[in-house]
Amino acid sequence: MGKEDPKVSKPDNTAFTQQRLPAWQPILSAGIVLPLFVVIGLTFIGIGIGLFITSSNVQEIEGPVFMYYGLTNYYQNYRKYGISRDDDQLFGNIDSLKSPANFCSPYQMGAKQMPIAPCGAIANSLFNDTFRLFYKVNEVYTEVLLDDNGISWWTDYNVKFRNPPEINGSLKNAFEGTVKPLNWPKPVYELSTNPNNNGFINQDFLVWMRIAALPNFRKLYRRISEGNWSRSLPAGNYSLEITYNYPVLSFQGKKKVVFSTVTWMGGKNSFLGIAYLVFGSLSIVMALIMLIVYAKYQVQIDRDM
Amino acid sequence: MDCSLLRSLINRYCAGEENWVDSRTIYIGHREPPSGTDAYIPQRYPDNRIVSSKYTFWNFVPKNLFEQFRRIANFYFLIIFLVQLIIDTPTSPITSGLPLFFVITVTAVKQGYEDWLRHKADNAVNQCPVHIIQHGKVVRKQSRKLRVGDIVLVKEDETFPCDLIFLSSSREDGTCFVTTASLDGESSHKTYYAVQDTKAFRTEQEVDTINATIECEQPQSDLYKYVGRINIYQDRDEPTARPLGSENLLLRGATLKNTEHIFAVVIYTGMETKMALNYQSKSQKRSAVEKSMNTYLIVYLCILISKAMINTVMKYVWQSDPNRDEPFYNHKTDSERQRNTLLKVITDFLAFMVLFNYIIPVSMYVTVEMQKFLGSYFITWDDDMFDSELGEGALVNTSDLNEELGQIEYVFTDKTGTLTENNMEFIECCVDGHVYVPDAICNGQILTGTVGMDMIDSSPGAGGKEREELFFRALCLCHTVQVKEEESVDGIKKGLQPCGKSSSVYISSSPDEVALVEGMKRLGFTYLRLKDNHMEILNRDDDIERFELMEVLSFDSVRRRMSVIVKSSTGEYYLFCKGADSSIFPRVIKGKVDQVRARVEHNAVEGLRTLCVAYKTLAQDEYESVCKQINTAKLALHDRDKKLAEAFDVIERDLILLGATAVEDRLQDKAADTIESLHKAGMKVWVLTGDKMETAAATCYACKLFHRNTQILELTTKRTEEQSLHDVLFDLSKTVLRHCGSLTRDTVSGLSHDVPDYGLIIDGATLSSVMKPTEEGSSGNYKEIFLEICRNCSAVLCCRMAPLQKAQIVKMIKTSKEHPITLAIGDGANDVSMILEAHVGIGIMGKEGRQAARNSDYAIPKFKHLKKMLLVHGHYYYIRISELVQYFFYKNVCFIFPQFLYQFFCGFSQQPLYDTAYLTLYNISFTSLPILLYSLIEQHVNMDILKRDPSLYRDIAKNSLLRWRVFIYWTLLGVFDAVVFFFGAYFLFDNTTFTSNGQMFGNWTFGTLVFTVLVFTVTLKLALDTQYWTWINHFVIWGSLLFYIIFSLLWGGIIWPFLNYQRMYYVFMQMLSSGPAWLGIILLITISLIPDMLKKVICRQLWPTSAERIQNALKHSKRDNVSEFSPHSNLKTSKSKSSEHRNPQPTRSGRLSKKMMCTHWGGNDYCTFNSFFSFSDSPHNSSASYSDRGSGLETSV
Repeated sequence: MGKEDPKVSKPDNTAFTQQRLPAWQPILSAGIVLPLFVVIGLTFIGIGIGLFITSSNVQEIEGPVFMYYGLTNYYQNYRKYGISRDDDQLFGNIDSLKSPANFCSPYQMGAKQMPIAPCGAIANSLFNDTFRLFYKVNEVYTEVLLDDNGISWWTDYNVKFRNPPEINGSLKNAFEGTVKPLNWPKPVYELSTNPNNNGFINQDFLVWMRIAALPNFRKLYRRISEGNWSRSLPAGNYSLEITYNYPVLSFQGKKKVVFSTVTWMGGKNSFLGIAYLVFGSLSIVMALIMLIVYAKYQVQIDRDM
Repeated sequence: MDCSLLRSLINRYCAGEENWVDSRTIYIGHREPPSGTDAYIPQRYPDNRIVSSKYTFWNFVPKNLFEQFRRIANFYFLIIFLVQLIIDTPTSPITSGLPLFFVITVTAVKQGYEDWLRHKADNAVNQCPVHIIQHGKVVRKQSRKLRVGDIVLVKEDETFPCDLIFLSSSREDGTCFVTTASLDGESSHKTYYAVQDTKAFRTEQEVDTINATIECEQPQSDLYKYVGRINIYQDRDEPTARPLGSENLLLRGATLKNTEHIFAVVIYTGMETKMALNYQSKSQKRSAVEKSMNTYLIVYLCILISKAMINTVMKYVWQSDPNRDEPFYNHKTDSERQRNTLLKVITDFLAFMVLFNYIIPVSMYVTVEMQKFLGSYFITWDDDMFDSELGEGALVNTSDLNEELGQIEYVFTDKTGTLTENNMEFIECCVDGHVYVPDAICNGQILTGTVGMDMIDSSPGAGGKEREELFFRALCLCHTVQVKEEESVDGIKKGLQPCGKSSSVYISSSPDEVALVEGMKRLGFTYLRLKDNHMEILNRDDDIERFELMEVLSFDSVRRRMSVIVKSSTGEYYLFCKGADSSIFPRVIKGKVDQVRARVEHNAVEGLRTLCVAYKTLAQDEYESVCKQINTAKLALHDRDKKLAEAFDVIERDLILLGATAVEDRLQDKAADTIESLHKAGMKVWVLTGDKMETAAATCYACKLFHRNTQILELTTKRTEEQSLHDVLFDLSKTVLRHCGSLTRDTVSGLSHDVPDYGLIIDGATLSSVMKPTEEGSSGNYKEIFLEICRNCSAVLCCRMAPLQKAQIVKMIKTSKEHPITLAIGDGANDVSMILEAHVGIGIMGKEGRQAARNSDYAIPKFKHLKKMLLVHGHYYYIRISELVQYFFYKNVCFIFPQFLYQFFCGFSQQPLYDTAYLTLYNISFTSLPILLYSLIEQHVNMDILKRDPSLYRDIAKNSLLRWRVFIYWTLLGVFDAVVFFFGAYFLFDNTTFTSNGQMFGNWTFGTLVFTVLVFTVTLKLALDTQYWTWINHFVIWGSLLFYIIFSLLWGGIIWPFLNYQRMYYVFMQMLSSGPAWLGIILLITISLIPDMLKKVICRQLWPTSAERIQNALKHSKRDNVSEFSPHSNLKTSKSKSSEHRNPQPTRSGRLSKKMMCTHWGGNDYCTFNSFFSFSDSPHNSSASYSDRGSGLETSV
């Protein structure tokens, strides 16, 4: 019949085409998983204990203290709110400064159709309460120096946000032709007297512009890292002076101020430690269950074989 | 009057329905016939352009897009994309547009390329030069310019450019040889005949003078049917009419062989040629997996819609407080405030839909298609399914059904050519009760197998001698065998030695005929050739006898016989007829019918194919009336077949029985082993054959379809003659149902052999009466009872089946209430209907041509390859694709459910949790390759074990891996994982920082953390499921995780100038710089993975599947160093086994075994074959005992 050259149509005979590639064929049997669970359990319990202790240590105010303000019921992650910004404008782009993106609407144009700088809902709603901390020694209140340096991401401060190029050495001229956001008392170039902390690279502004993931959130306000307080806040009487500007009652929100130290694993959060402990213990329990199953039924399986 | 003229004009030029004439008239050489002939309506014929391409340059884009968007999934994604474009949605249109664009482009490029290839092929064909005769000269023309009525000249080895009527040939006898290999795969040379009255026109000039018209039917797709008439006007007014049949029709695609050149006239061109008409696409078959996939898709669509609805409702509930709807920090624009509430609700709903639409991923379709397409290559590549004799491996005609191969519940197989080799060997003939065995006579000894048969008598008396020679002559004359040309005619004389290999080759479309003619040669009568319409025979005395061939009453499957009318040199007319016993015996009036019948039945029981031979002498006047009858029938344009059959029926009467022949059709290699494996795998095997019951039953025993302890139930005409069909059916069902309870247990465990299982034999006539709807409306009942009986029979044999009945049976089972998955396998044209009907159709590249292979979904060289096809490939494809489907849904639940949960914490504002890039690339690149590669190369059990232990196939029966339970488990697992991801991250972020510098993270870090956990979890989940780790798996699994990290670093590492937001800038790196983030990620991944791991281990321990048992056993054996179970020892045994099989024992001994086992087969309806097993236990070295032992080995695990 068909006497073709068999070599022509004969398929390649490689391990791949014949589905005989060398392979490692692990089997998830009780014999392997049991020790694995024990190891996971023990490791996790170990990590959990470590985390728990670290987290508990946060309470003792030692090391540099960080001051946070917190808001509840505040939806920074609302979508329309979250997109209401113009990253190009904040990057110092002059075109965007003069004609902000449409996302910013209704905070795009101010009076007389002048562009708002910085535009958008996020910038407009900048948190503007201010706090001063006093330490009372011998009936004398000494103001604790609050450092507003390094409260925002390094990359935000140095790369992502830029002021528009200064004109005649003046930031004010750079913002010529724009108006301040509606809710702001001062224009953006007067946020701070420190030229390195002014305009779009004002650190409070940067912190606010990184919108929070959840409606109850906390933002870093100041670090206490100067003078006598750089190591820790000594025990004693303190007084906090709050300039109340920011309205929260309308949306049933709450404000709070938090002082916290930070370890290698951040602030106080017992969740991770507890989760590790619980899950580590669960693993051990599961290993035990498996051991029972294994011991009870292995015999039977062996008999079946 | 004007109106009627107009109407006729319209009718003439618009191909309206009224204008549809069922015949066409062709003027040969465009020469108008002498006036006065019938007026005819001119028809417009297409040119000879073959268009197999689908698109043109201009319509490609719109047509292809239309075709693609007709698919429901693509349309869905298009809608989503449009919604994103139109309304303000949380995600950019890119997220769904890009994948859609990618998918559409890839498909379009693929289809465009394929179409370009088709265009190229079309052009090559359409522009290839052909020679046509114009004004007595040969002119070269492009093939596409051929018109109906042109006369063409075709030279040797050229392919016919269109369908032609053969006018004359360079050969004197007006014949030509043609091979239709490219049409139906039959490479043998077929003879075609020029029209009698034109074969004398041998030169261009002469041909150009032919004045004739051809009337014939409009083109139809049947390659083997053609009726027409040619009217030749030769200087007279009255034309001579000649019939035209398929023997005059040269088909496009066939090639001229052995003939210098021919002249022929074009009758069908271009797309009207029979070849083009046969291009029709087959109906689309869909697999069970695809069906469940679509069901799940609908479920997910419901989930998607309900998610969107829940969120929309919640949004408006939540917003009912105006301070929430519009707090001071987030005022709306005026246009937003003024918008219609209903419009707002709809927009919000659509926005949620868009946000969650990734739960039905566009990439799933692409991945599934790629898996099927690429995966099917493993079948074509498979070396075990390569047949060196044929030089071909398995073929995949559609890759849509790969996984269906793992779901087969019913196997319908043809017998001849499928279970048997269709390699006929002449065994014996019986003349008047005297048995002639060629070998016995040749060697001068009588074989042991025939000892004791009282009918044996190799030296009949003088009267018998005459009958004997007539019988031999009959067989030498009554056939359509050709002698192959290349062999020198003289060489045949030397081929006289009966057992020696002759130098001449017989060619015929029927292997039986070749076997018979060759058998006759061994008995002393050699058919030499057909020359000038004279058949030449070399008789025992080395004399050449010449018979003039007058008529051939060709074979057809309805009559089941053929006849020739010859005129001997002495001037006597003989009619020789040979055919199936059932079609000969009723027509016999003389002869030793009883002895022959006994012998025929005896042979049939042995599994031999029997034919009866009869003759009658015709007087001159009788012959002439016969001749007239046939010719009138042949000239008929309509119902020619029916009229011919009627004429034949009249002629083939009052015959004198000569004797019978027996031809053996050997069982295919390992047929029994394959059938046994299929049985063990839980499949029901039905044999559907046109053969008679005894032969078929014997084959069934030989190939182990029926066992020694099988109780045979008969449902045949013989029984229904005695009892009414009704009673028989009820009797049988009672017998079967008595053991029903025990039987179901049997099928579940698949182990016990004590419970008798049933085999049913039914014949075509009874079957049609079972299926026939009766007036009382009880037919449904009969069918139900019959199905009930069948369900309880492990094997069913249907004999005396017409091709269409085969399809009916398949359809009946397919539509019965369990809707089982069926497979049909066959090799011949008569199996095509059932191959097309069954869920999976498998063609065997057999000797009966390629039709079955061409119409099948898969084609394999031999029946034995079915075992690997189903047990290994089918099993693998099924577990692979089911994991693929489940995993895809799982990973998208994991992906989208956190986003759903996030809506509860962002005021239902459609805030996406993940960045656009992550949304887009999750399904395209981060998690696509591991699952694709898994679904291509996963092997949960070694393929040797799958082959050795067919019962593993039951593990996956009834779509077990895609049941609702499994689907719900995966979905719940996905929901669980999503909850872990989301709330894990939530508590980690809750009101605290987790950096060592006290800085806070924002919402994008939150999403990135969830996404990182997600990507790692779903990839590692797949890693846990992978049981076959090749370097490729390592590469893609670890590679895609690495790719995710590198991409994220890059994506966050640069201020991308083309983006209008920079929200991801340094987010990923900042996250990685935090220790708790790492610890959190590790914790969450572990928590997500461990429950599934625990479930797996416990299930494996408590309720192991048989595959898992095997795996455990293998591991044990490895540990204990028991080589019995190790795959290598298994390889060795299987190899040695197969080598033994490769050299089958000589057929004689094989046949001997069958003789012994079947001698007890006789009148009783139920019989058990004790002798069979006693035989296989005996030390005979036969193939039957071998395969039995082989399978015994196989069941030892």
